[in-house]
Amino acid sequence: MRRSAAGTWLLALPVLVLLLWTVLYPNAAVIVGSFEGGLAHWREFLASPADREALSSTLIISVASVFAALVIGVPLAFLLTRFEFPGRRALRIVATLPAALPPLVGVISFLFLYGESGVVTRAVQDLFGMDEAPWRLTGIWAIVFVHAYTMYVFVFLFVSAGLERFDTSLDEAAAGLGASPRHRLRRVTLPLLIPAIAGSMLLVFMNSLGSFSAPYVFGGGIRVLSTQILASKLNGAMGLAYVETTVLALSAVAALGLFRILQRKQRVVSTGKGSVTRRAISSHGLRIALAIAGAVVVIALILPHLMVILVSFARDGVWTTQILPPEYTLENYRRLATDAQLWRPISNSVLMALIATAANIVVCFVAAYLLVLRRFSGRPLLGLLVALPWAIPATAIALGLAATFNQSDIWTGRVVLVGTFWILPLAYFIRNIPLVATAAESSLRQLDPALEDAARGLGASWWLTMRKVVIPAARPGLIAGGLLAAVTAVGEFVASIVLYTHANRPISIEILAQLRALAFGTAAAYSVLLILLVLAMAIGARTVEEQYA
Amino acid sequence: MTVRDAAAGTAGSGGTLSLRNIRRRFGSHLAVDDVSLDVAPGELVALVGASGSGKTTTLRIAAGYEQPDGGSVLVGDKDITRLPPQMRGFGMVFQHYALFPHMSVEQNVAFGLEARGVSRKARLEKARAALTGVGLGGAGGRPVQSLSGGEQQRVAVARALVIGPRALLLDEPLSNLDPVLRQSMRDDLSALLRHANVPALLVTHDQEDAFAIADRVALLSKGRILQNGTPAELYNNPASLDVAKFIGRGALVPCTVSDGRAAVSIGGREISFPVLSDSVGHAGRRPHAILRPEHLELADSGASDAWQGTVLARRFAGSSIVYRIEMEPGIIAEVSGTDDRAQIGTRVGVRPRGTPVPVVAE
Repeated sequence: MRRSAAGTWLLALPVLVLLLWTVLYPNAAVIVGSFEGGLAHWREFLASPADREALSSTLIISVASVFAALVIGVPLAFLLTRFEFPGRRALRIVATLPAALPPLVGVISFLFLYGESGVVTRAVQDLFGMDEAPWRLTGIWAIVFVHAYTMYVFVFLFVSAGLERFDTSLDEAAAGLGASPRHRLRRVTLPLLIPAIAGSMLLVFMNSLGSFSAPYVFGGGIRVLSTQILASKLNGAMGLAYVETTVLALSAVAALGLFRILQRKQRVVSTGKGSVTRRAISSHGLRIALAIAGAVVVIALILPHLMVILVSFARDGVWTTQILPPEYTLENYRRLATDAQLWRPISNSVLMALIATAANIVVCFVAAYLLVLRRFSGRPLLGLLVALPWAIPATAIALGLAATFNQSDIWTGRVVLVGTFWILPLAYFIRNIPLVATAAESSLRQLDPALEDAARGLGASWWLTMRKVVIPAARPGLIAGGLLAAVTAVGEFVASIVLYTHANRPISIEILAQLRALAFGTAAAYSVLLILLVLAMAIGARTVEEQYA
Repeated sequence: MTVRDAAAGTAGSGGTLSLRNIRRRFGSHLAVDDVSLDVAPGELVALVGASGSGKTTTLRIAAGYEQPDGGSVLVGDKDITRLPPQMRGFGMVFQHYALFPHMSVEQNVAFGLEARGVSRKARLEKARAALTGVGLGGAGGRPVQSLSGGEQQRVAVARALVIGPRALLLDEPLSNLDPVLRQSMRDDLSALLRHANVPALLVTHDQEDAFAIADRVALLSKGRILQNGTPAELYNNPASLDVAKFIGRGALVPCTVSDGRAAVSIGGREISFPVLSDSVGHAGRRPHAILRPEHLELADSGASDAWQGTVLARRFAGSSIVYRIEMEPGIIAEVSGTDDRAQIGTRVGVRPRGTPVPVVAE
C-alpha cells in the first residue's frame, strides 16, 4: 500500500504525542523521581522491612493465585468441554459469572460471606457451637482465596477455548497407536494446551501483582506493593512511593518479558478446525455425583452475587450478630436515587466512564487504523505505547499521573490535573487503551487491505473511504471494546483511590466509605447497581459481537 | 488384553479383519445399515461412497472410535467389537494425517512404540527405519509442519506401519494431495500396504483412487453396501443401476436384450450391439446399456447406422479427444475420437463400435 508518508504522519503524530505524554511520560517521571537525590530512596526501600515484606508477599500471592486458578480452572474446563452430564449448560454459564463482579464488589461479597461476621462463618460457628469464628478472612491466604474465585475464569476461558479448538483426531490417532488415556493427556493434550495455559497464567499473575482491593480490604497486617505505594503517598514519602512503583512496574514487565521468551520457544501452532465430541458420562452413580457436585459449584459461584443482592435490601445498622440480616427494606435504593450526596458518586462514575470511553474510541480507532493498515517507521513505537498500560499495574499508572500532573510547567509538559475532575477520566482512559485498541485492531484485521485500495481506486476520496469502508469495518470491535472499557471504568477502584477528590469520588470509593461507616446495606446497593451496569454492558458487547460475527 | 499383548500380535499374524452386520444409528438417521465385509491379510479393500454414505463411520467402527449399535468386528475369529482403540493394535492413517504438531517427524513415528514401552533407543531406531521405508530417511529431526502434504502423508503411513499393526485403516489418504502427487502416491501407497501384508481397509470418495489401488471395492450408499467386488467386476458387471451411475462415465440408456444383443432406440433410430457376456445375467427388469466412451465412435451427421446428437463440449485428453454429445434431452454420452473435426454446437452421428457393452437392470 503506497500512500503519502506525510499524510500518515499527519495522522500519527497527534496520537503518538498524546500517548507519549499520557502513557510513557508519567511512568518515566516515576522512574526518574525514584533516583531523585541519588540512590537514597532505593537504599531506604531496601532497608525497610515493611517493603521487603511487601515485595515477597506480592510475589507469593501472585504465584499462589496462579496455582489456585489453575487448580480450579483447568479441571473445570476439561469437565465442561469433554464430558456431557446433567446440568452442564447451567454450570458453563455460571462458571464465568465471577468475571462479572467488579474486583472491589467481589471482595466485599466475600467479606459478607466468609468474613469474621459473615453469613457462612456465623452459620458454621452456630452449627458447631463454637465460641469464636472458625476462621479469619485475613492474610495472604484470604487474598489468594478471593483471587482464585475471581481469576480462575481466565484459566477456564483460555483452556476451554484451547480444548474447543483442539483437533480430536490427534487424540484418536494417539489412542489408535496404543496410548492409554493418561499417556495421551500427558504427551498430546497438555503439550498442545500449553499456549492457552501459559497465556492465562500470565493474565492471573499480572492481575494478582497489581491487585489492590483484596489486600486493601482484608490485608490485615499484610503489606503488598500496591498498598505500600498508597501508604507511602499518603505519608508524603513520594520518593519511596516512586521506588515501590518502579519495582512493581518492573516486576510486571519482567513477567511479561519472560512469558514472551517462553512463547517464542514454543513452536507449536494451533491445530486448526476443532470438532469437540463430548463423552456422555454413562455410569449412573457418576452422573448423579457430578450433578450434585455441579450444583454445589454453581451455588458457591453465585453465592457472592446473591449475598450482595440480599445485603442491599438489609436495613443499615441493624445487622449485628445474626446469621442473616434481620430486617429488609427498599430504603437503600430509594436513598441512592433521592439523596443528592449519595447520587453524586453514581453520576460521577457514569460521566467519567463516558468521557474516558469516548476518548478511548477515538484515539484507539486511529491507533488501530495506523497499526493495521499503514506501514510507517513509527509503528513499533505506537504498538508499544498502546500495549504499555496493560503491562503496568493500575496503582503504578495512577502514581505516575499523581507525580506528573500535580503542577503546571509548560516547558516540561505538565498541567495541573490532580485535584481536578479530569484526572480520573484520564486515568480510566489510559487503563483502557490496550483493551479498546486490541478490539479495534482485531476487527480491522478482518478487513482485506485491498478493499481500502479498491475503494480509492474507484475514485473515492480518503474521507469517503474512511467513512464507508474503514470505520464500518472497525465498528464491531470499537463498540464491543468500548462497552467493556466503560464497564471497567464505571467500577474502577485501584487508580481512583490514589487520585480521587471528594467532588469526583466514584462509586467504588463511596462503597468503601459506606462500608467503613458500617452502612452495609448502602454499600451493597451500590454494588448491585455496579453489577447491573456491568451485566448490561457485557450483554450489549456480546450482542454486538454476535451481530457482526 | 493389555497394550503390550496387542503389540505382540505382529504384522500378518492377526488374520482376516471382518465386519459382520454392522449397524449404527445417529438419532433418526441410519448411518450404517447392515454392513458386512472381509479383508484378508495382504488384501486392500476400498470402501467407496459419496459423502454421507456411511463409509467413514464404518471405518471408525472398525478402528474402535465408534461403537456399532449392532453387529461385530472380528480379527481372525476373535471378537474385538468392545475393545477400545488403544487395545486393537491397528494402524490408522487419518484424512488430515493427525500428526502431532509439537513433535518432530521421528517422535511422531516413534509414538506408538513409546506407548508400548519400547526403550527410547530402540524406538528411535525403528522409527528411522520406518521413515527410510517410506523414502523419508533424512527427515527424522524435522518439525512435521515443515513437511509438504505428500511427505506428511508418508509420515502418517510410517507411523501406522511401525507398530506392526494387525490391520491398516486409511481415511481418505489421497484426498489432500494435488493431482500429480496423487498419481505417484497411489503406486507408492499400494506397494507399501502390500508389503505390510496385513488387512488394509481404505475409505475414499474417489472411485478412480479406489480402482487404481484396491484389490476389491465395496460401494456404499445410504449406509448399505451396493456391491462388493473387484474393480473389473464393478466396471463390467455392476449389480444395479445405482452402481452403474456411480462408476465410470457412461450414458445409461434403456434397451431391450435378446440373444446376447442389446438394442437401443434414440431419436427413433434403433441400433443393436453385442452385450458383455458377464453382464447378461443382470438384464432383468428394465435393462439399461452402459454406453462408455470406449464403446462409441463418431460418425458423419446423418449416417444411417448412427444416432444423431449435438456436441456440447470437447476435452483434449492426450491421445484422444473426448466429446460430450447430447443425443436426446437427458441422454448425454461421452465419445472418444482421434480426429477433431466435430466442433461445439455441430450435429454429429454416434454409433457403437461393436465391442461388447455391459447391461444392467434396475
